[in-house]
Amino acid sequence: MRSQFDSPIIVLGARLLTPYIMVFGLYVIFHGHYSPGGGFQGGTLLAAAVLLIRVATGRRVSRLQIQEFATTPLAVIGVIIYFATGFAVMITGGYFLDYGQLPIPGMDPVWLRYTGILIIEVGIGLAVMAILVMIFDNMVKGEDYA
Amino acid sequence: MKYLKALILVTFAVLLIYAAADLPFRGDPDNRMHDERSMTNTPVAGNYYIQEAYHDAHTPNIVTVVLGDYRSIDTFGEQVVIYTAGIITLLVLRRTRRRSS
Repeated sequence: MRSQFDSPIIVLGARLLTPYIMVFGLYVIFHGHYSPGGGFQGGTLLAAAVLLIRVATGRRVSRLQIQEFATTPLAVIGVIIYFATGFAVMITGGYFLDYGQLPIPGMDPVWLRYTGILIIEVGIGLAVMAILVMIFDNMVKGEDYA
Repeated sequence: MKYLKALILVTFAVLLIYAAADLPFRGDPDNRMHDERSMTNTPVAGNYYIQEAYHDAHTPNIVTVVLGDYRSIDTFGEQVVIYTAGIITLLVLRRTRRRSS
C-alpha cells in the first residue's frame, strides 16, 4: 500500500546508505579479531541497515529484504550456531566451548581457537540482527509505519 | 528544600572527584591488577590474558579472546538473554487474537 508520506528523497537516501552500513557491519563482525568490534556491534549495524529500509519505505518494499516471519528462525539459527560449536567440542571429548578440539581436520589447536571465535561471532551477529529486527516488527505490528 | 538537594549533589560530586583522584594511573604497568601475583600470592587472571592471549588463539585483540574464548560461556549467556528479550516482545506485543466483547 502506498503511504501518503511517500518521499523520493528519503527513499533514495536510505537506498544509498543501506549497503555501506551493511558492509561496515560485516567488516566489524569479521575484523573483530584485529580491531575493536565483534558480534554484538556488527549485528547491531546490520540491524540498523535493515531497519533504515523498513522505516524509510514501509512494508511494501521492505518485504523484499527480510520478511517478518523470517526473523524468529534466524535468531534461533544464531543461537544454535553458538551452541553447536560448543557441543561439537563436547562430542569429540573436550570441554564445552573449548575450541582447541573442534572436529576440523588439519589445523593446529591455536588456529582452531581462532576459527572457533570467528564462528561464534557470526552466530552472535546473526542472532542480534534478527532479534533487533524482530523487536521492531513486533512493536509496529498492525500499524502502517512510513 | 531545593538548596538542600543542590547541596547534596555538590557534596557527592566533590566526594566522587576526591575518590577518583586516588585511582591508579591508567595503563601503568606497576598497577596492582597487572602484577603476576596478587596480595594473597595467588595468580592474577589479567596478567595471564595479556601475556598468553596471542599465543593461545593467534588473535591480536585481547578483548575478543577473553570474550569469545576464556569467557565464552558468559557470552553464550548474554546471547540467550538477548534472545529471551526478543521472544518476550513476541509474546507481549504481538496480539493475534483480539479479545472483543
